[in-house]
Amino acid sequence: MDGWLEVHDSTEQTINRLLETLLTSGVVDGLLVPLRTPDGRNAVPTLVRDPALLERAAPLAPVLPVNGATVLGRITATGAPGRVGAVLRNCELRTAVELSKVQQVLLDDVLLIGVDCLGAYGVEDYARLVEEGLDAVTPALMAAREGGVEPLPGYAFRPACTMCERPIPGVGESYAPHIAIGLLGVPNDERLWISLRDEELGEALGLEPAEEPAGRIEAVRALVAARTAERDRRFAAFHERVHDASSLLAEFATCILCQNCMRVCPICYCKECIFRTDVFDHPSARYWDWAARKGGVRLPSDTLLFHVTRMLHMAHACVGCGMCSDACPSGIPVADIFRTVGRAVQARFGYVPGRDPAEEMVVATFREDELRELGER
Amino acid sequence: MTDFEPRIVAFLCNWCTYTASDLAGTSRIQYPPNVRIIRLMCSGQLDPIYVAKAVLEGADGVLIGGCHPGDCHYQSGNYKARRRVAIIHQVLEQLGFDPDRVWLRWISASEGQYFADTVTEMVAALKEKGPSPFRRQWSV
Repeated sequence: MDGWLEVHDSTEQTINRLLETLLTSGVVDGLLVPLRTPDGRNAVPTLVRDPALLERAAPLAPVLPVNGATVLGRITATGAPGRVGAVLRNCELRTAVELSKVQQVLLDDVLLIGVDCLGAYGVEDYARLVEEGLDAVTPALMAAREGGVEPLPGYAFRPACTMCERPIPGVGESYAPHIAIGLLGVPNDERLWISLRDEELGEALGLEPAEEPAGRIEAVRALVAARTAERDRRFAAFHERVHDASSLLAEFATCILCQNCMRVCPICYCKECIFRTDVFDHPSARYWDWAARKGGVRLPSDTLLFHVTRMLHMAHACVGCGMCSDACPSGIPVADIFRTVGRAVQARFGYVPGRDPAEEMVVATFREDELRELGER
Repeated sequence: MTDFEPRIVAFLCNWCTYTASDLAGTSRIQYPPNVRIIRLMCSGQLDPIYVAKAVLEGADGVLIGGCHPGDCHYQSGNYKARRRVAIIHQVLEQLGFDPDRVWLRWISASEGQYFADTVTEMVAALKEKGPSPFRRQWSV
């Protein structure tokens, strides 16, 4: 069921009241929603059980300190004692779908609430604009009414956001959440465009049924087209930079092997990663052997192996949330690299991460009648 | 390039291709000595990290051998290996590394001659390609 939700006061307050209704009416027992930190310089996913806390809720704050699906896993994977409503961006929703396939998120007791993503800033940038007294939400909503999504002057969105062709929940081979809150291409200071999976919820929320307005359809189409063009530009730029062994090494030359990209990657969920074991603590003499063979050996060793192995292990399920690029202290465009590689792997299997929880992950299954050209002469 | 001898790291499943290599030996079939064999219980046991390690250490080629589709000793290990090899090829290609240096071949326990032919063929193909671009890279 689709329809309008009237805006009273502000857009954000209307969404917060919707969340409050869900919590107080018992539709959910808790909410996972970004709350403004007490200093206001960040908005962090918080499991809220007391409706009074929702006055700090910031579902539209353009900042992504963690992929929300990672923390949704924390509060559901080993059995949630109640139903949680999770307010997520589409990259986080799609991550939740991927993680549910490997039992790192249990979606059984989750009410997924998606909000149109109007772009997000890195945590440092967001803190800075708050310190400067800037309001990032109002101008973004104003631009979204006309179908535009632009960062504040002097600021830039996270690189992954600029190339995100799936910013709208449920649109473009994305799994539809239970509640999708539309801001783009609608008069979001008067009413919000809501898409529901269940009819009954519509009555509880006081929704006015309607057909999707042409302006929104057009705005979504235009945004997706612009983002897709930027994505393809970045893919092409990567191939321009990286085309052989030397240029590949150059791409990762500044890596300090901190493994931040792995730690923040929601798809890299393994509890016992080989790179966190002593497998690569080789006997001292072995480094000397390698140095003798190649003239020298870079230390710590296996830097490129770390990245290539991560691609081999998880690129098939990369949703492109970009946490890796955010976390890299050396400015390596990790998300560009993983998205480029991921897209090729995903295309090989016709797989779209985040499309459907019922689909199996690429490496979790096989078909007897596929890839027949492999293994034959 | 005439004196270039490719180094091939081969991951062979215990039940089929490793047994085929054994058969090639006991049958005294001649094939080039460029291959270093690592026996796995199943091609499905092959974590792609092994292939990545071999490639980045400068192996000129990687050969992965398993049972023919439908013949896996563990029912489906070779089908899983096949998906992984498809992923390995895609990733290597995107990174600008010739994916055709990584071969997957189904070679059953009775195909000693086919194993020898495969190695011969691969050595010839790799001699064409020349040494791996990672062979002398110290900064991987």
